[in-house]
Amino acid sequence: MRRVRRWLPGLLLVSPSIVAIAVFVYGLLGWNFKVAMSDQHDEISQGSFVGLENFAGIWDQERWGISVRHAIVFTVVFVGGALVLGWFLAFLMEKGIRGEGGFRAVYLFPMAVSFIATGVVWRWLMNSGMGEQAVGLNSLFSHLGLGFLEWQWFRDPDWGMAAMAIPAIWQMSGYVMALFLAGFRSVPDELRESARVDGCGEWQVYRYIVLPMLRPVTLSALIILGHISLKVFDLIVAVSGKQIITDVPAVFMWTAVFDSHDPAKGATIAAYIVLSVAVFVIPYLVWNARKGNRP
Amino acid sequence: MRRRWLAAVAVSMAGLLTLTACGSGDKAAGDGKSGQKKVEVFSWWTGPGEADGLKAMREIFEKNNSDFTFYDAAVAGGSGDQARALLASKLQANQPPDTFQGHAGAELQGYIKAGKLEPLNFLYDELKLKDALPQELIDQISVQGQVYSVPVNIHRSNVLWFNPSVLKEAGISAAPTTIDEFIADLDKVKKTGKIPLSIGSQWTAVHLLESVLLGSLGTDAYNQLWTANADWSGANVTKALENFKTILSYAGTPQEDWQPAAKQVADGAAAFNIMGDWAYGYFHNPAPGGLGKTSKTDFDWAASPGTDGTFMWLSDSFTLPKGAPNRDGAVAWLKVAASKEGQDAFNPKKGSIPARKDADKSLYQDYLAWDLEQWASDKLAGSIQHGVVANDAWRAAINDAVGLFQQDHDIAKFQQALADAAKNSGQ
Repeated sequence: MRRVRRWLPGLLLVSPSIVAIAVFVYGLLGWNFKVAMSDQHDEISQGSFVGLENFAGIWDQERWGISVRHAIVFTVVFVGGALVLGWFLAFLMEKGIRGEGGFRAVYLFPMAVSFIATGVVWRWLMNSGMGEQAVGLNSLFSHLGLGFLEWQWFRDPDWGMAAMAIPAIWQMSGYVMALFLAGFRSVPDELRESARVDGCGEWQVYRYIVLPMLRPVTLSALIILGHISLKVFDLIVAVSGKQIITDVPAVFMWTAVFDSHDPAKGATIAAYIVLSVAVFVIPYLVWNARKGNRP
Repeated sequence: MRRRWLAAVAVSMAGLLTLTACGSGDKAAGDGKSGQKKVEVFSWWTGPGEADGLKAMREIFEKNNSDFTFYDAAVAGGSGDQARALLASKLQANQPPDTFQGHAGAELQGYIKAGKLEPLNFLYDELKLKDALPQELIDQISVQGQVYSVPVNIHRSNVLWFNPSVLKEAGISAAPTTIDEFIADLDKVKKTGKIPLSIGSQWTAVHLLESVLLGSLGTDAYNQLWTANADWSGANVTKALENFKTILSYAGTPQEDWQPAAKQVADGAAAFNIMGDWAYGYFHNPAPGGLGKTSKTDFDWAASPGTDGTFMWLSDSFTLPKGAPNRDGAVAWLKVAASKEGQDAFNPKKGSIPARKDADKSLYQDYLAWDLEQWASDKLAGSIQHGVVANDAWRAAINDAVGLFQQDHDIAKFQQALADAAKNSGQ
């Protein structure tokens, strides 16, 4: 009885959220996989189990290949860009500039804006008109005499998705900066000083002392950015809408469910998005759990 | 110890209560005390013009039906993308609004097949709508002899908008009447350095495709594409798609949506634009809703090339969902929507024409007067992009095919994709 008394109140406290998460997260996730493995290709029929047929079949669709390629380009540019820029900003801050608080706030501001608002602004900035039709950044370039920099932005058939990553980098690099800044600050001064005493130059201090100690921060940032990137939807829709030229899996999922009325196909795409995010997140969780167990 | 227990129970109860409160809150809104009287009208008319039109119809409805109150359940978003997504989930949960807006024609097929809609033949008989509406329109929206919606307005899809002074500069004296003339004119404009044809996002290319298909194939062949004995692999379709490719090659940089594309014509940066007649309101209305341009001098229009004598139509209509909480109220609304009075109140504001043949012609000026005249005399063909001839799945597949074609310009693959789309549509 005594033992029960010890854990029961705690359990009661968290039980509403356990129930809610079980139903609304894992329950619906399970339902999604069930629909993905059925042949319910319209909203009326009940659908029967077909195994992994949809998962294999979707690779025959040209649009799926395009959206996967776009998601990869977007992820690589966005995650890489935000990490490098965030790291660089943190590096500059760490040098102890005047008014650091002000800069920090300014770089963090974009985080407070939703992807939709970002998208609306950048849709105008990245307008693909050139020459006389130029507005936004293209117009800025031509006024500065940098006309050769004008390009089609997200309408470029090959590198459009890289342009699409620019607003995302703009939005998230401040956050990455905050993470790295905390990381830099957590490196004890004694360590750096002893390294200097041992004859390390400034660059070597960073290379051999600070950077290795930033590894956990980098990993966290990678996972946070990675999962945002793989399920990106709002930014794309705000910038270009539902067009093949900027198609990503989440937009394809929307069209499959609400335009094509094909729940099984939509669920399959949703399942692929979950799995791709899981590839990022699960190793992180495992690594975290292992670290937690170590005293 | 006892205190901790109590606190824990209290907190978890509070948590559960909030959870259940969310659930029951929705219901209370649905069947409140005024449930018997309230008529929930679901639409996507929230923009300038269309919202005014809805308000005008609402006033007539409330004047005629003092025992019902109108509840405006409009969801913002052009062409109703968001509205339809919300509607689908409401219908799936068997919580339909009393009546909802939908494009007349194949777009409603999914709902009809799912048994979500009541046939309205009784209403058509009672109101003698079969005499008031064009026979061809009724044929094109009937499914196995049943009609499921009441068309409130008619828009025209196949309109060629052009800038007279840009045409003059290029040495073009009149709007092109055939596809070949059109291509020749596009080439003349190109030589002046202006944009021959302005274009918007992907769906505007589908909109262009439907006009080019109609113009190349002719009305009968076009209408046949949507029947059981359609032949999408024929040489005439190949020719039409080649025309489409040629015309697209004269298009300027795609704009964000149809408005910036139309604006290029109004501003004299581009010569031609093929867009539905909602562009007229955008050109003509004063700012901020429109550009405040003068018709015939700043912009002008004609039937899109090769389609003179055919009216490619689309229509907003209202339906009667099965299990509507207030069926009598919904029927009363449909009667207003079908009436001459209701349509003549709505359409001049929305910038469209009534589906009825007996409209008061004096209310429709300028473009709309031309439109009304054509509606009375032309043959009819249904729009693809705006939900008349192809159901949602088919339309989505056509959109994908056009999007892919814009990237690779491969006609054979494009035609194959269109043929597959027709085969797999289940229509």
